Amino acid sequence: MTRGVRTKPLLAPSVAALFVWMIVPLAMTLWFSAEHYNLLAPAKRSFAGLDNYRYLLTGRALWVAMGNTLLLVGLVLAATLVFGTLFTVLLDREFPGRNVCRLLVIAPFFMMPTVSALIWKNMLMNPVFGIFAWITRSAGLGTVDFFAHMPLVAIVVIVSWEWTPFAVLILLPALQSLNKELKEAARLDGAGAVALFWHVELPHLLRPMAVVAMIETIFFLSLFAEIYVTTGGGPGLASTNLAYLIFRDALFDWDVGRASAGGMLAIVLANIVAFFLVRVVGRSLEDLP
Amino acid sequence: MKTTWRSRLMPTLAGWTVALAMFFPIFWMFLTGFKTEITAVATPPAAIFRPTLENYSAVLQRADYVQFAINSVVVALGSTLVALMLAVPAAYSMAFFPTRRTRDILLWMLSTKMLPAVGVLVPIYLLWRNFGLLDTRVGLVLIDSISVLPIVVWMLFSFFREVPSQILEASRMDGATQGQELMHVLLPLSMPGIAATALLSIILCWNEAFWSLNLTTVKAATLTAFTASFSNPEGLFWAKLSAASTLAIAPILVFGWISQRQLVRGLSFGAVK
Amino acid sequence: MNRKGIFETVGAVACAALILWVALQHQSGEELTIGTVNNADMVLMQRLSREFEKSTGIKLNWVVLGESILRQRLTVDIATGGNTFDVITIGSYETPLWAARGWLVPVDDLGADYQYDDIFEIIRQGLSHGGKLYAAPFYGESSFTYYRKDLFERAGLTMPEQPTYQQIRTFAARIHDPAHNVYGVCLRGEPGWGQNVAYLSTLVHTFGGRWFDMEWKPQLTSAPWIEAVSFYVDMLRSYGPPGSVTDGYNEDRALFSNGNCGMWVDSTAAAGYLLDPSQSRVATTTGFAKAPIGKVRNGAAWVWSWALAIPTSCRKVERAKQFLQWATGRQYAATVGARYGWLLVPPGTRKSTYANPAYQRAAPFARLVRDAILGADIARPSALAVPYVGIQYVGIPEFQAIGANVGQEVSAALTGGATVEQALALAQAEAEREMRRGGYLK
Repeated sequence: MTRGVRTKPLLAPSVAALFVWMIVPLAMTLWFSAEHYNLLAPAKRSFAGLDNYRYLLTGRALWVAMGNTLLLVGLVLAATLVFGTLFTVLLDREFPGRNVCRLLVIAPFFMMPTVSALIWKNMLMNPVFGIFAWITRSAGLGTVDFFAHMPLVAIVVIVSWEWTPFAVLILLPALQSLNKELKEAARLDGAGAVALFWHVELPHLLRPMAVVAMIETIFFLSLFAEIYVTTGGGPGLASTNLAYLIFRDALFDWDVGRASAGGMLAIVLANIVAFFLVRVVGRSLEDLP
Repeated sequence: MKTTWRSRLMPTLAGWTVALAMFFPIFWMFLTGFKTEITAVATPPAAIFRPTLENYSAVLQRADYVQFAINSVVVALGSTLVALMLAVPAAYSMAFFPTRRTRDILLWMLSTKMLPAVGVLVPIYLLWRNFGLLDTRVGLVLIDSISVLPIVVWMLFSFFREVPSQILEASRMDGATQGQELMHVLLPLSMPGIAATALLSIILCWNEAFWSLNLTTVKAATLTAFTASFSNPEGLFWAKLSAASTLAIAPILVFGWISQRQLVRGLSFGAVK
Repeated sequence: MNRKGIFETVGAVACAALILWVALQHQSGEELTIGTVNNADMVLMQRLSREFEKSTGIKLNWVVLGESILRQRLTVDIATGGNTFDVITIGSYETPLWAARGWLVPVDDLGADYQYDDIFEIIRQGLSHGGKLYAAPFYGESSFTYYRKDLFERAGLTMPEQPTYQQIRTFAARIHDPAHNVYGVCLRGEPGWGQNVAYLSTLVHTFGGRWFDMEWKPQLTSAPWIEAVSFYVDMLRSYGPPGSVTDGYNEDRALFSNGNCGMWVDSTAAAGYLLDPSQSRVATTTGFAKAPIGKVRNGAAWVWSWALAIPTSCRKVERAKQFLQWATGRQYAATVGARYGWLLVPPGTRKSTYANPAYQRAAPFARLVRDAILGADIARPSALAVPYVGIQYVGIPEFQAIGANVGQEVSAALTGGATVEQALALAQAEAEREMRRGGYLK
């Protein structure tokens, strides 16, 4: 079977491009991570061995950041998948103005993350002049200081708002490909809306949900803009994730060595997460040898 | 099959509630762009106010919007094109001729995306500087296409796998070469999927802020840099920022809405029966 | 040729064209690239600079960004020897640090017209290194107290010209009225070395504390620190607005101008805007007083200036200096005053501005601002001996990270997630690690 040989030229450009473009910065990062390299003290550059890693791993911040990263990814993933699926099912139903509703639901995904975060922080969630505060105050319920008392949750809300439309964007066409006759048959058999959802629609959606999960995880692992703009990692380290910690080290301390070491640790964490995710979501890759 | 107005009431109510709730922050931002700065932060929040165009005029006066917009379009489209050109052959080969290494390659591609951009800022900056790629659209296209390539490959891979191999087998039996098989059979069949991937890639590149801010200054800066220049100055800025962001997302929103209609019509997972 | 061949040829030609195009990108003609912050004064300069372009024929390319992003961008470029920018906007924090590393061109030679003596000594000092000036100051600020004259009158209170923090606390308790959305005092709470830490630094200094002792050991768990931060946390929690922890300078200014704050201790830069009825609801009822003092006068008010500098890698130094002369010279203030009104003249740098009766008329707070700037001594921020310069920052490169961390920990104390002692202990541990790593401590 000569087919396999002929596929190499097809695969090669893509892999080669990625390889070259990633391997050089990756190698540089690996190299820098083993150096004492502070941008503001270029004369003091020296080999550091594992010093940077030791510094990071013995610090409190790294572990908190890793935990927050996992928490953030897990919560947003759950929220976007749950709401994404529910919205998809809803928007699949026939009702007047459905197409307009679809466009409105998808819209948040087009927004620039920093702007979304600023809007949520100042226009919506601010306890003095935000809209939520106005609503709760008018109802006599006092105000909730989101960013003070539940910073991570506040970030989860913002990111879920941004990315649920993405899930809908992928899941809706998938649901529409579901054989109409199947649904009819189930309904004739007396299945109610819930049973229909659980036994017919949901299983059909599992595969695209896996794609959504994989892609979203990649992005959520390095979430940064929203945290930077709203909480600045605080209060304390409550909303500091790994990406923000690296940013703080890299760009506040100008410690390129430490930032690079942080980056390598981020890759390790990401690979661990990906490993487990692929297990859970394995069906996407199930018929690969 | 009875579709009473009752059975349509629930979805209508629920659907519209969800849609309006999701869209509300964007709508509020749009409104804020027409308020004066002081009205923008008023308590209670002003739903009724006298609209003004002063923010739009201030924003447009201060920066060359058209230049930024053109750059955004060029970079988004360019990166997507480059990524697709590389990804289509790769996804084709992995979807239809998987080997033992395929899963590893896929996961490796994903993992390259997991290095936070801030960690590689200095290496990339040095590289781009040495190759004269700073403040060039080519430089941005290069970095953006690497950034989206893993996603594009993954999505195309998923879409291609939905195409039953019998169809391709059939065309091969008819004597088509691999290239023809790819161009004339596979691409038309999976066009909706490719279009969805392209849309995603364009949006991601459009909103890409980190590299745009750090690798450009004047000539190649995109709309994300434009928006950033109105963000967090000293003083009241929310009205102006709202105006600037409305200007920044308007093109992509319009484009997305137009293309989305085409997509939803034809997109399918497994509809190719 | 089959289709694949065509693809390859087209691809190769495209690549060649791209490379050619890239190679042809270069700056031609007289052009200057200026990187600057997006403050109102700089935006005004950008507008006025069209006249400079017309009269000199030099085209100006403006890169306008928020302070943090700009600093990040400029530092990466200048530290890696790049020459992306010809003129940069930096502050009194970076200037001595970068000058010490030989990254800046001295700007002592902008001509006799420039009148260096007209610039406030303290501002010049902050931008110098080894006796030479390395950045031309464009803007200066200090901090003082804003208060609502109407609320004070209603409560029968008078604000002394030099209040103490104990007085501030008493006043806050009297005018605190959350039922009507009026809060006794607003202060920065947002974590950041330039946000809450900048303010806290003045508080700690005036309470008699310091960041480091003479051996560079961090003092974050010393008595003045605990006292100052406890005072801050307590006062803000009792008499401050909800959501302080996300309130930085911008949010506080929005709150005050909206009428939600009884008092506000922050930058003098807000004064002009708070008196402008189109930007503030309290334009007629805002009063000014000096920054409050704690136990000592040192470090009660900060001082900061934005200045234009020229990287040593710049290839158009003469042209760049021409721009500096125009933008920071004596004439500039007069141009702004004539064109846009005296209230919008960039404050805090030149004696001639403050001596000008037109300016004094337009800006009733001018005298207080000038006194605040002149009264700040960055070399003696604390009553105790210190190895550093800087009041609201410490002039060492490590400060950004240390400050960022302190800011985050203190914000945890503000929300009640940690006690003041716990927060400061964590901050101290991290600071010590940083200082050891930086080679200051053994």
